[in-house]
Amino acid sequence: MGNKLEEIESSMVLIKQGAEARVFESKFVDRRSIVKERFSKKYRHPSLDSKLTLKRLNAEARCMTKARRLGVPTPVLYAVDPLLHTLTFEYVEGLSVKDVFLDFGLHGIVEERMNDIATQIGDAIGKLHDGGLIHGDLTTSNILIRSGTNQLVVIDFGLSFTSTLPEDKAVDLYVLERALLSMHSSCGNVMDRILAAYRKSSKQWSSTLNKLAQGALRETEGKKAHNGGLSSVNYVLHTMVRTGDGKWVEKLRELLVPLLF
Amino acid sequence: MLHQRPWHGCTTSGLSCGERMLSQLWRKPIVAVNRCVAHIEMGRIVTGAEDPVVLYVSGGNTQVIAYSEGRYRIFGDTIDTAVGNCLDRFARVLTLSNDPSPGYNIEQLAKKGSQFIDLPYVVKRMDVSFSGILSYIEATAEEKLKANECTPADLCYSLQETLFAMLVEITERAMAHCDKKDVLIVGGVGCNERLQEMMRIMCSERGGALYATDDRYCIDNGAMIAYTGLLAHAYGMSILLEESTFTQRFRTDEVLAVWRGGNHLRQMVSQ
Repeated sequence: MGNKLEEIESSMVLIKQGAEARVFESKFVDRRSIVKERFSKKYRHPSLDSKLTLKRLNAEARCMTKARRLGVPTPVLYAVDPLLHTLTFEYVEGLSVKDVFLDFGLHGIVEERMNDIATQIGDAIGKLHDGGLIHGDLTTSNILIRSGTNQLVVIDFGLSFTSTLPEDKAVDLYVLERALLSMHSSCGNVMDRILAAYRKSSKQWSSTLNKLAQGALRETEGKKAHNGGLSSVNYVLHTMVRTGDGKWVEKLRELLVPLLF
Repeated sequence: MLHQRPWHGCTTSGLSCGERMLSQLWRKPIVAVNRCVAHIEMGRIVTGAEDPVVLYVSGGNTQVIAYSEGRYRIFGDTIDTAVGNCLDRFARVLTLSNDPSPGYNIEQLAKKGSQFIDLPYVVKRMDVSFSGILSYIEATAEEKLKANECTPADLCYSLQETLFAMLVEITERAMAHCDKKDVLIVGGVGCNERLQEMMRIMCSERGGALYATDDRYCIDNGAMIAYTGLLAHAYGMSILLEESTFTQRFRTDEVLAVWRGGNHLRQMVSQ
């Protein structure tokens, strides 16, 4: 048994180190698999640390399976280990949407493929949201395209949670929009196509998209807001300056400057 | 030089009136200064931090800020009350002294705590929420202290551990997001040595460094306003008397931090 464990350990290849977890490539009963290990944080109190790590491990496993149940393809979950704090799941062969879009940016957009991906993304998010699941970190690197079938696979449910609030859903879409704008501005109006598919897929699309629009509005208005109110003291001072031709200022200067120096 | 963000309305109103008068008397230009930005610039010049992720924690603010494309942008924020406010109010529950500050007394008492009491832990992406923790610990404190299940020191210890773990976590997320290695802590709560210690551990795990100052620069000071005003003035950013105002809703990311940018930013200002 000991030997077997060592064998598994030694076949783990680190592929990504994040802020909260390490991701390895490994074998699970001869299948190519991914192991995601949540590691402990030394700055945290040990009991707080183990509570959080375990809670998040379980939440991720639950959200991942819930997404599958809602009809959104995710990697198949093979095992949850609460002692080693690991999740083991299927290795998905394929590119991330990020890589596909970056390639579009370099070599020109393949309209048909772009449309297909955008439609699949909007459809998947709609299904998640109608089932009360918020992904929490929708970026183009967290959506994969399975090679061969071109089917979309959503990964990384580390920040996912359940909610039916339109605001949470809108934030989910907003995060994706920001990611698309900052990374893939050359890909044009992908977000519009995603939202079009989202409207078809989600029954509650209107309240969500209303919230999303409100958020965008607040962003532009927030910038103007601070110039608004002049207090009464300010107002008096301003009118004094304007109407008094600055005479009071001269008067004050005569009075104060000798006193101060 | 004008001092422009969160401070009690009436105080600021009086001060800014005086500032304008002085500027008229000596025919000196007025430069608007955002208090958050001033904290950051003072911290940078004092510690020598080059391009850190900034944790700004005080009685009125809890923000994770980083410089990106000409502005100090807010990546994480509190959803409700500020961390300093949460600590101050709990100090009042325990009737701790305000001398020299409630936060300092909680810090000292926490050193004697040993038992960790489970408190709510609320982190949402890069945002935090403290009001639920405060209500919970206020209720628990009364119950447990009466039943002799814990000491006030245990409560201070647990509160600090929980609140600071949340702050370090959102700071780390912002670091991963912005791909930055160092952290600068500013604001009154930044004096807390336990917070500094936790942040230092996190930074060293990521191969970065922590930059922190003591109470001389952490808490509000005139020098930080003067210095930031000077930076802005050096790049020709002064305002007209008619435009001068003060606001408690002056967001950190509204300020164009020209002194940090390249030529294109300076051109934007001169236009």
